[in-house]
Amino acid sequence: MVVIDPAHGGADTGARGEGGTQEKDVVLVLARVLRSELQRQGLQVVLTREADTDRSLDDRAAAGNAPRRGIFISLHVATVGLPGTARTYFYPAPSGATGPLAQGIRLVPWERAQEPFAAASRQLAELVQVQLGQKLRGSPEVPAAAAVRQLRIVAAPAIAVELSSIAAEKKELEQLAPALAAAIARGVSDYLAASRGGVR
Amino acid sequence: MSRALKITLGILLVAVAAGGIYVRGLQRRISQLGKPQQTEAKARREVIQAPIATPTDVKVKAKLYWVSKENQGALEAVETELPLSAEPAVRAKQLINALIADVPSAGQRVLPADLALLELYLLPDGTVVADFSQALATETPSGIWSEQMAVDSIAHTLEANVAGARRLKILVNGQETETLAGHLDLTDFFELHPVEPVPSEAKPAPKVELTPPPAPGKLKN
Repeated sequence: MVVIDPAHGGADTGARGEGGTQEKDVVLVLARVLRSELQRQGLQVVLTREADTDRSLDDRAAAGNAPRRGIFISLHVATVGLPGTARTYFYPAPSGATGPLAQGIRLVPWERAQEPFAAASRQLAELVQVQLGQKLRGSPEVPAAAAVRQLRIVAAPAIAVELSSIAAEKKELEQLAPALAAAIARGVSDYLAASRGGVR
Repeated sequence: MSRALKITLGILLVAVAAGGIYVRGLQRRISQLGKPQQTEAKARREVIQAPIATPTDVKVKAKLYWVSKENQGALEAVETELPLSAEPAVRAKQLINALIADVPSAGQRVLPADLALLELYLLPDGTVVADFSQALATETPSGIWSEQMAVDSIAHTLEANVAGARRLKILVNGQETETLAGHLDLTDFFELHPVEPVPSEAKPAPKVELTPPPAPGKLKN
């Protein structure tokens, strides 16, 4: 199962462009297009929100943690960056893990939920970014590590994809949805193939 | 000329003079209103953050990280001559204040203009605790990359110029907050990797520029 998280919502508009474009609206459209693309691949897909509603980061992470073998994809729109490009992020792996997870204790603290999935998340991010580089020209060649709060508390391979930028009109950003969705879906497909067995 | 006429003319002259003075005052007030209003945070920053000077201040070429002139999505080091204290905590304060106030050009700004560094502590284990005003959360452009650049500009500036700084903790108004402006996790520490030696008069720092993407601060539990 793939859990798609259209960031923000409700009173939390996310980034806002001078022309009135709001991140929360754009990412919901992107999420719906991505859902269709992933469903075409035969994957089960869940959105953390279906409408303009605000959900806490913990609630969204809980949705991502519910499926036993899922993938979590958080969608964002940036305030900076080359228009029409996108960058993928994964949560940085902690240096020198010495805590309970390293000692083999299975009870995972909420704040360290992502830790066991750091390598998988990075691999997923790399495969998605390769596709973004091809479908959205000018996108970076490699993903970036960033301490995105939302990813830290997800116990699954988890990435955030940020489209640039909110300065564009909503319609312009929505026109990028098919290319963005195709790139992410192809990256997910490659990841599943690489990890043998998949999450279907 | 009759006495009554003289009195009337006198009253008229006084009225015209008073009117002139009033109009000039009014013009001054209008021109003051036309100037940009200072925000509360900016006014507070000016009060709280009077330039910090210590007896150990020495002018050195410090490396400060702002948005690159060539690439708006990346940071680059700019060598700036600053009077910096030998005391690391004061030095860190001076550097962050310079990051906010001495931006080379408007397009290179990373941290909000209204931002105030309320307090900064350097703990014995090398943890820098930087307490910022609310503007950090409300005026930093919301987004993963823009928030990462804000943290990186602080982290890289400390790494390059403050010996002994090992990790960074960011507070807002004295409190731990979940995220910077909706995305970047502020509940943990950002690991710092100091560049040795830090700049001094005798040994200026080697000129190293960040290439995009800038290395994000890594978390350490």
